[in-house]
Amino acid sequence: MLQIKNLHANINGKEILKGINLTVKPGEIHAIMGPNGSGKSTLASVLVGNPAFEVTEGEILFNGKDIFDLSPEDRSREGMFLSFQYPVEIPGVSMVNFMRAALNEHRKYNGLEPVSASDFLKLMREKRAVVEMDNKLSSRSVNEGFSGGEKKRNEIFQMAMLNPKLAILDETDSGLDIDALRIVANGVNQLKTPENAAIVITHYQRLLEYIKPDVVHVLYKGRIVKTAGPELALELEEKGYDWIKKEMGDE
Amino acid sequence: MAAEQQYIDLYSQCEALVNRHASDVLNAPRAKALADFKAAGFPKANTEDYKYTDVAQAFTPDFGLNINRLAIPFNPYDVFRCDVPNLSTCLYFVVNDSFYDKVKPDVKLPDGVYAGGLLAFTKQFPDIAAKYYAKAACSGKDGIIALNTLLAQDGFVLYVPKGVVVEKPVQLINVLRSDVDTMANSRILIILEEQAQAKLLVCEHTMDLNNFLSTQVVEIFAAEGSHFDYYNLEESNEMTSRFSSLHAKLEASANVLVNGISLNNGTSRNNYYVELLGEYAEATLCGMAIIDQEQKVDTYSHVTHAVPNCTSTELFKYVLDDKAVGAFSGRILVKEGAQKTQAYQTNRNLSSSREARMYSKPQLEIYADDVKCSHGMTTGQLDENALFYMRSRGIAEAEARMLLSVAFTSDVIDYVRMGALKDRLHLLVEKRFRGELAHCAGCRACK
Repeated sequence: MLQIKNLHANINGKEILKGINLTVKPGEIHAIMGPNGSGKSTLASVLVGNPAFEVTEGEILFNGKDIFDLSPEDRSREGMFLSFQYPVEIPGVSMVNFMRAALNEHRKYNGLEPVSASDFLKLMREKRAVVEMDNKLSSRSVNEGFSGGEKKRNEIFQMAMLNPKLAILDETDSGLDIDALRIVANGVNQLKTPENAAIVITHYQRLLEYIKPDVVHVLYKGRIVKTAGPELALELEEKGYDWIKKEMGDE
Repeated sequence: MAAEQQYIDLYSQCEALVNRHASDVLNAPRAKALADFKAAGFPKANTEDYKYTDVAQAFTPDFGLNINRLAIPFNPYDVFRCDVPNLSTCLYFVVNDSFYDKVKPDVKLPDGVYAGGLLAFTKQFPDIAAKYYAKAACSGKDGIIALNTLLAQDGFVLYVPKGVVVEKPVQLINVLRSDVDTMANSRILIILEEQAQAKLLVCEHTMDLNNFLSTQVVEIFAAEGSHFDYYNLEESNEMTSRFSSLHAKLEASANVLVNGISLNNGTSRNNYYVELLGEYAEATLCGMAIIDQEQKVDTYSHVTHAVPNCTSTELFKYVLDDKAVGAFSGRILVKEGAQKTQAYQTNRNLSSSREARMYSKPQLEIYADDVKCSHGMTTGQLDENALFYMRSRGIAEAEARMLLSVAFTSDVIDYVRMGALKDRLHLLVEKRFRGELAHCAGCRACK
């Protein structure tokens, strides 16, 4: 589904990603862990085409297509979804209009008619339930005045609405209390099918107790320095990142 | 004085005609207006308050005036059919500067309320008219007001007597319609006696592609405890130059909302003078302009807090594209002794073109020491983070820009206190941003 080959990327001239290789297959959940500043969020941003980052080398294939040929909106329509670490507030744009616009663009891309008003409201209701989101939140402006937890829930709600092939969760657990974490993780698990895949970016093992990864990678200084099974997450939780840094000969 | 001279000459030649087709009340202030106009002339382009609008240039070409009051050759009710039932208003027309009285709208207003032509009103109720006409808009204030006062022969009046609440909104459509280049000088006079309530929507339209020059003076007298909403929606065209000045006087506990929205225009200068003269009066003054190509909207506001305990809130927003020019100059004057004043002013602008220009200037003049006043101004571009967030959900960039632009203007529309108009405006603004309102095609507020 996703193949990343020798990916290098810069922001403001500074190289952050220094040769990432990663392959994700349908049905898999990959966790990407690593200390602060290792490039985890940059990887997520590059995948969805954030114009702030410049790719200098490498290739990313998504369902066989070179994604550097695709705009951010087309990547979304192809089935890529990023749950933002910091969801953006958009005053004046209602959740309803936002979601309807997004959904209809996806449908148009796939040769479908715009969704009817009643089907749309039904879908909103159904998907709200996945993250136990209040009706009130969905009638407000996008993320405006939402608490940190509500914003993250809203990300998973949008994911449920758009039903992506590949979900990238960028520190979706940060800023969540234990109940919100359970709700969000529960939502992600409900959306899991053998056909779709997820990349879960996190600092902590905590989220991985709820969302069970198949593969765990450690990203350090712009490279994936370790790849193993779920037990790697536990080891990191126990020992921290220092031993990795040591292995890399840094400390 | 070249630009002024032709109007002075015109008046000296046509004084008798102007007066004959008017009334004593309308004629009374002309002598002073002439003297004021001769003394002041048009506001000079190099003066502080008219830096961005060249008035003399706009008034120099030769325009036809309908001083003889030739009859309106068509029925505007046929041209502008109001067919949205939920924006049901009492509908009136002023064509160029003549009130259209051949058709009486089929609505019963409460007893004592007058909605209709200014000329007829001044003849029917000369005492009331004389008490208010030209009393808020002093011809000494600027040359354009003086010229309008000198030449005005008709317009529109809304008079609501003491304690009367007009539930149904009143709508006035100003139509510019002519086969030759035309100048129109019209007045709107609004009188709300104590505890009276009303809402007026004024739509500005231009039907023909000739040059139009329109001067408009609006006077609002809001007596104690009265409530009044004034909405002005401009959808004219690039060949229309409009000079409007609104003068509102608020007595104690009066509540007045003025909301001026420009969706399409040529060159517009909107002056707002709001005076809070009685305690606990509340004024909300807002507006927005969506301008592109070579459109120009220049707003000047002057809010005076003369007494304690009044509140004024101002919000003006501009969205500019291409080579559009916007200007906002907002002055708040808090007089000595006007303690506990609350005065807020905000001007926010969005520009999506390097060639567009926005000039903004807040001015606070405060002579009391126990007040809450603020002003804020920003001019910038759409939030890149929001844009990317929307695109990452599959929304095309152009659509995302449109949604964000609509969102930017939404708080000005939220000030509208007429539900049906609010919905309509949201839709019109969206259409405007989609480029579907390229030319004025009749009254879109109700079509």
